[in-house]
Amino acid sequence: MPDKPRLTREQIAARAARELPDGAYVNLGWGIPNLIADYLPPGLTVFFHSENGILGMGRRARAGEEDYDLVDAMKVPVTLAPGASFFHQADAHLMTRGGHLDVAVLGGFQVSEKGDLANWKVPGARGSGGIGGAMDIAAGAKVLTVCMEHNTKDGAPKIVKHCTYPLTALACVDTIVTDLAVIDVRADGLVLREMAPGWTKTEIQELTGARLL
Amino acid sequence: MRQKIFPSVDAAVEDVPDGARIMFGGFGGAGFPNNLIQALARKGTKKITAISNNCGTRDGELGLMFKNGQISHIIASFPGPHANHFQERLAANEVTLELVPQGILCERMRAAAAGIFGFYTTVGVGTEVAAGKEERVIDNRRCILESPIHADYAFIKADKADELGNLTYRLAARNFNPIMAMAAKTTVVEVEEIVPVGALEPEHVMTPAIFVHRIVRARGIRYAG
Repeated sequence: MPDKPRLTREQIAARAARELPDGAYVNLGWGIPNLIADYLPPGLTVFFHSENGILGMGRRARAGEEDYDLVDAMKVPVTLAPGASFFHQADAHLMTRGGHLDVAVLGGFQVSEKGDLANWKVPGARGSGGIGGAMDIAAGAKVLTVCMEHNTKDGAPKIVKHCTYPLTALACVDTIVTDLAVIDVRADGLVLREMAPGWTKTEIQELTGARLL
Repeated sequence: MRQKIFPSVDAAVEDVPDGARIMFGGFGGAGFPNNLIQALARKGTKKITAISNNCGTRDGELGLMFKNGQISHIIASFPGPHANHFQERLAANEVTLELVPQGILCERMRAAAAGIFGFYTTVGVGTEVAAGKEERVIDNRRCILESPIHADYAFIKADKADELGNLTYRLAARNFNPIMAMAAKTTVVEVEEIVPVGALEPEHVMTPAIFVHRIVRARGIRYAG
């Protein structure tokens, strides 16, 4: 594997933030996506949705400001942006499933060349695993972006021909932002739209388990 | 007129039999009926089928009931990183789990509440949650058939109740509570405050009193982490 710097998790988040359209209603999943709120480009206004029933979620609460009845989906105390609203969990997921969210950004273990996503369970891991809101969100978002490292810690590709991990949803991913590339999932295949600084298409292709157009 | 206000959480759960199906509200540490859960632990009801987003936080929330071996089956969406008592019981085959996507969990309870006996959804198609479920194509989309989730009891947490059982919730502590209140045969709510009839503005009521059967005042308990 070429020994070149890859984007950090924060840089992946910052790059994914630039994919968000102004005024969008957005859900951020666990992991790298959760960092995106800290890296919004200046002048961009988006409204964050949380599946526990918040629209217009603000920044994380500072020390002394926490109210534990006001937490995000990761259980972290947050604040509200002006114009926020609360609703129950069924309405929160009506928003995810019903195509009302403009963009959802989820983490991923694997994405296939057809845009299948596996992001909730590692095969062979101890314990039950947990689906949470991921399947509803993946099935319903108008645009689904996945943020993840391009390769596992062992160097295996996470972008693959067919997912081997338990699936979250079929053909749901629109764009993949990794520490090496921005890739669009299209009907004709995976299109390499952007490469991390210093990387070539040949090098990125070698680290990818499916063909890049 | 029937009196809904109970003198204690123990009195409010006194008739819950072994084998009961019980919904438990709460998400992310907020809106959990922890006083009612502790009362049920004291009562020692066994062979419970629980319906809940998660499976407890260490000894807190449903963790206490898994620790005590009171739950034999759970329908949940996200057992959670600190559900150690649940994971131990699961590994020992002392509890069974039906894992359900979170929004589908909500919608199956809402179906039960609404007298709807099934619905088709794209959520879970092609995944392990589709196993054994009828599949059909609607509007060119593959869908699976989901069934309602009923319960004998809902244990929920609200902020305020009036004496009739109209409820309000605080901030994001609402989460699953209003849905479960509608879906169960008997809804038991613990609240921070009981106010006189007329003290809640009708347009601010979040759960109408028709869905609430037992009210008990108890200072909310929150478990860290």
